[in-house]
Amino acid sequence: MKTTKQISSRDKTYLLMILPAIILFVAFNTIPLITGAVYSFTNYKGYGDFSFVGLRNYIDLFSDERVRNSYLFTFKYAIIGTILINLLSILLAMGLNSKIKGKTVLRGIYFIPNILGGLIIGYIFGFFFTYILPAVGKAVHIGFLENSILADEKYAWLGVLIVGVWQAVAMNTIIYISGLQTIPSDIYEAGMVDGVTPWKKFTKLTFPMLLPFISINLVLSTKNMLMVFDQIVSLTKGGPAQSTESISYLIYRNGMDGGQFGFQSANAVLFFIVIVAFAIIQIKITGKKEEQL
Amino acid sequence: MIKAKKVNNTNILLTIILILGCVTVLFPLYMAIMIAFKNPSEMTNDVAGALGFPSHWSFANFKEAMRITDFWRTLGNSIFITSTTIVFSLIVHSMAGYAIGRSMARKKSFKFAYFYIVSGMFVPFAILMMPLVKETAQLGIDNRLGVILLYVVFYMPMNVMLYSGYLKNVPLAMEEAADIDGASAWRTYWTIIFPMMKPMHATVAVLTALGTWNDVMTPLVIMSGTKNTTLPLAQLNFQSQFGTNYNLAFASYLLALIPILIFYVICQKQIIGGIANGAVKG
Repeated sequence: MKTTKQISSRDKTYLLMILPAIILFVAFNTIPLITGAVYSFTNYKGYGDFSFVGLRNYIDLFSDERVRNSYLFTFKYAIIGTILINLLSILLAMGLNSKIKGKTVLRGIYFIPNILGGLIIGYIFGFFFTYILPAVGKAVHIGFLENSILADEKYAWLGVLIVGVWQAVAMNTIIYISGLQTIPSDIYEAGMVDGVTPWKKFTKLTFPMLLPFISINLVLSTKNMLMVFDQIVSLTKGGPAQSTESISYLIYRNGMDGGQFGFQSANAVLFFIVIVAFAIIQIKITGKKEEQL
Repeated sequence: MIKAKKVNNTNILLTIILILGCVTVLFPLYMAIMIAFKNPSEMTNDVAGALGFPSHWSFANFKEAMRITDFWRTLGNSIFITSTTIVFSLIVHSMAGYAIGRSMARKKSFKFAYFYIVSGMFVPFAILMMPLVKETAQLGIDNRLGVILLYVVFYMPMNVMLYSGYLKNVPLAMEEAADIDGASAWRTYWTIIFPMMKPMHATVAVLTALGTWNDVMTPLVIMSGTKNTTLPLAQLNFQSQFGTNYNLAFASYLLALIPILIFYVICQKQIIGGIANGAVKG
């Protein structure tokens, strides 16, 4: 009798403890999410009257060139960025995890980009791309570097990519280092006795052991790269000629000031679906790989 | 014999390569420092003008930048928003994580609550942004309080996941012993469990702090009309006043970076440990 009473009072306490989180989450995540979804079926400008237009916005999304370009840019940026980030950070993690001098200091330095804000880093790199790099390009006569890459429709996305990768490598490296540390050293020692080549050692030993961490990092970095915003604001403002307009930036630009509240809400709903789809696909693929091994 | 030799030898070549690689990280900071201490007249058009040492180190740019961006007030805002967010997060998220962690296995409703909150991780800010601007304005919290509440919600999925995951390592025995002594679940939580989750509090605090301190988008859309701004947002707001005076602008950027760099130098171990911890547990 006493125990059941105690359990129920305990459950009441649990309920009380989760309540503040649930209230806040409903108020500032679920409600705006639903509101946004509702607005996506309207022609709301952000002010004044509006009416429901059915699937109109969604149909228009697929024929809108600016929207299509923003998706193409964001996908290109996220896919190439994610591959580069993970290649570089696996290499860097393996370097920082081997027998080297000054390990702690080196790790500390390589992690710095992660703690600095994307906006300010963007401004600093913006100066580098606009003034330093062209000067170097002129000095050594590399044609495409002689003008600022940020002012060139063809190359501006590379500038944004460099800054995004520069920042993200730090975080993923730390995760890979902690992954490498979970690999027991006697596995390597056994391999060494057998005279395995370094490449074989990587593909047969390190890579499979790292798979769970690769899976975490792929999902995290794809998600972050898809949501790119700060670097766009400080480096290119979406230009030149909208060649670096990311999805987040377009929604912000045209949804907040451009009188496209309803239309950009539809864009945001589509963006949400895309992010979830990317995550599910990646988890499925890496999950299958893990099962096979 | 061969094995022992391998273990003791440090890889000198690799060490050198990694030290050289640091240039990619440190060069932008070096450039920012050189430019910030210079007079505009020293900025000639060649690379040396920008990257060389200044003829004399002047703090004038920093003084001017502090005046333009109202530095101390802006810094105060950033510190206030970040620290209040951390306090709220530690309390609200740890309670929720605890309640979920201890009930999820028995109760479907808590399991649902867990997946409901964690799925928020994949909701992009872009979809919430426009409705939130309206909502916070209607509630009269289009100010620092609103920004803080939004951060508590944005970091909730990750933090609740971390806390409830960590609880799997905290044995039930402690609570059961306290139960027998007749302590209420509420009391047990604050006196025994909450202090025991210290390592996770550190991880949560670090991850939440880095995210909120550097965030631009939320204060940009929520507080744009008010006088209050955060350090990163001030750099955006005062772009037009910096104009083409890069020396002034870079002094201001450095001022905005210094607080987090100091924090990093002091708590480097906790920060790197926290990140690694968060990813592995998550």
